[in-house]
Amino acid sequence: MKPYDKLIQDLAPQKFGMRGKIWVAFLLVVILAALYAYYQQFDKGLIITGMRDYALWGVYISNFVFFVAISLVGSLVTAILRLSGVKWSTPLTRISEVIAVAAIIMAGLTIIIDMGRPDRIYYIFLHGRLQSPIIWDVLVITTYLLISILLLYYPLLPDFAILKKHFSNKPKLSKWYGKLSLKWSGTKKQTSIYNSSIKTLSVLIIPVAFGIHTVTAWLFATTYRPGWDSTNFGPYFIAGAFVAGAGAVVVIMFVLRKIYHLENYITDLHFDKMGKLLVLLCLVYLYFNVNEYLIPAYKSTNEESAHLEELFFGGYAPLFWTVIIGGLIIPVIALVFPKGRKPVPLFIIALLVVLGAWWKRYIIVTPTLLHPFLPIQGVPESWRHYFPTPLEWTITFGTLASALLIMTLLFRYLPIIPIHETAEERGILEQDKTETL
Amino acid sequence: MQEDKKKSRRKFFELGIKFGLLASVGTVAVAKAFDDEDNSEMVELMSTDGHIMQVPASEVHDMGHKQHDGYDPRVGFPDKKFVMVVDLAKCKNALKCQESCNKNHYITGENAWLKVYKMQESEKTAPYFMPTLCQHCDKPPCVKVCPVDATFKRQDGIVLIDNERCIGCRFCMAACPYSTRVFNWNEPDQPEAAHSGAYTPDHTGKPSVKGTVDKCDFCPHKIDMGELPHCVSACPNDVYSFGDIYEDAVTNGSGQTFKLSELLKERSGHRLLEGLGTEPSVYYLPPTERLVEFEEGMENYTEFQSVKKSEE
Ligand code: SF4
Ligand code: SF4
Repeated sequence: MKPYDKLIQDLAPQKFGMRGKIWVAFLLVVILAALYAYYQQFDKGLIITGMRDYALWGVYISNFVFFVAISLVGSLVTAILRLSGVKWSTPLTRISEVIAVAAIIMAGLTIIIDMGRPDRIYYIFLHGRLQSPIIWDVLVITTYLLISILLLYYPLLPDFAILKKHFSNKPKLSKWYGKLSLKWSGTKKQTSIYNSSIKTLSVLIIPVAFGIHTVTAWLFATTYRPGWDSTNFGPYFIAGAFVAGAGAVVVIMFVLRKIYHLENYITDLHFDKMGKLLVLLCLVYLYFNVNEYLIPAYKSTNEESAHLEELFFGGYAPLFWTVIIGGLIIPVIALVFPKGRKPVPLFIIALLVVLGAWWKRYIIVTPTLLHPFLPIQGVPESWRHYFPTPLEWTITFGTLASALLIMTLLFRYLPIIPIHETAEERGILEQDKTETL
Repeated sequence: MQEDKKKSRRKFFELGIKFGLLASVGTVAVAKAFDDEDNSEMVELMSTDGHIMQVPASEVHDMGHKQHDGYDPRVGFPDKKFVMVVDLAKCKNALKCQESCNKNHYITGENAWLKVYKMQESEKTAPYFMPTLCQHCDKPPCVKVCPVDATFKRQDGIVLIDNERCIGCRFCMAACPYSTRVFNWNEPDQPEAAHSGAYTPDHTGKPSVKGTVDKCDFCPHKIDMGELPHCVSACPNDVYSFGDIYEDAVTNGSGQTFKLSELLKERSGHRLLEGLGTEPSVYYLPPTERLVEFEEGMENYTEFQSVKKSEE
């Protein structure tokens, strides 16, 4: 088999096997349960959650922040690494773009889930006021979604053309790929437009990506609440987002490599590089954490120390230290050693990082709300604490499952590794062209 | 009946634009009913330049509802700027204010809009009771963050919520440093009366709507009738005074009127969390030289309850 054919053979989308089907079915069950729970919420109101007037935001909002954070990886791998001329990241670009698109879609939906009146969502467009950070968020998130979809789509054009030919024995599928390829034929003119649009998008997406997460941080930082009232919040969130996103890429690339036998394309080198990147990102994030917690702790104003004591020694302490140590410090230590950057250990560490990142958002959102300026009085005792209810968990898991389902379906129909780009990099494209011409 | 009678004796301060302020429809009507044989009942009124005068109640005529043409609940009353003074020295946690507020705004959730906090700044300082409601900030952080203009600031200083507009994002609650906003987590189980009449943001809680935010509205519906907010007239200890900052006058539940600037000067008034720059419309007088025992107030104090659930 010619190398080019082998490449297509390896990388063309494959049908779900048994495992794939079970996985999709499982996700669908979780999503259906969540839909049922959401129906309950829609019907009865947010009373079904653990939120009340003090803990007025909860797991929905922290989950939203998590999704926004994860979505940033699209810009990190596809744009930042691409623009800085890093070659090894090519096989990871599509994976991270898919993660970004799935995450940002779910971020948008999650915020609607949190609304008391989702039926009035269009008021945001009808009556939107530009001074509200929520409107900024809506604007940047839609922009980011748009650019991310384009940045996923454009590099796919040549791949779609390839797939159209590859699946010629399946007319229906082939027709779809053909349509999606927008008559790509690889002419000089097409290639130059293609290259320059991808470059433009890569440049464009960076400020927008910083925008989405900075604005998300500002949802908190624009209030007076101790724990949120910080000028550090924008960069702190961005740094955390890159950690979460890089972790997510490692987890997903490990799984995909296993399932689709992509060992020739996603090699140990990629894990090693991603591991190194992750250490760097974790260290930067750790630095921001030190700033975020140590300086207020040093000053210890009444408001700040009530919040910090709760985190360091109080009810949130076990979670806080698990997240900081398990989700940041241990990964840094483990990843410094080359052995730690081998696929399996890195996968486990990345899983820890992603889990830690999820809970980290939770402890950013909740404890602060339980330490307002005036004491909590005159409300039922249970309102002084917050923990998500089973229905709230069900809905939250549903959003996570939906994100995974979007990814699963995209990976089912799109080549996980960019075929055209890989062929180009390996210098096996031209040869094929001359042959077919 | 007894209460009505007591109320009728209570002299009201009117916040009208016109010279010659008057008692409300209800008050005058009730006053008439009780004082028919004896027309000597006097009402204290204050002119716009601050003179207090007594006028026979029979001479006072109702000007009717002032929701004259052009009144817009989003814009508010012209040439007014409402202000409240809370005298911490007088508060003994009688909770009549809260009761009246809860009842008249049909509050059925767990959390009241008006709360009396038990405060103690530090170990050695004296404890005191502090009634807290929406501070109707002049730079309201809640209004700043609302994405759909559901909560808004009127020209007369009042901050209101339009619950037909609110999308329930709760950003305003996160932004309010005084924790005064309350969310309708479920379908409010309000009495029939809450649903009578057309909705206007003027009377918050009439009705409350699932998935939207409520809070103290400074009772524009009472002001409109020339009456004082529910809490002010309900307080047996004259803790609250309410008035117009342009007139430099505030009136308490017993009908006594004070010059606002003098009151704040003499008693060293302050506002809550002044450092945040929210510029509240509610002033506090410090709990010095108290006439009331703090311990007495503890009898009424329930840490976990601010809304009495009706059992009838
Ligand atoms: S006290 Fe709170 S709700 Fe009232 S105006 Fe100020 S910020 Fe808004
Ligand atoms: S909860 Fe309602 S009033 Fe508050 S910010 Fe959101 S839309 Fe505005």
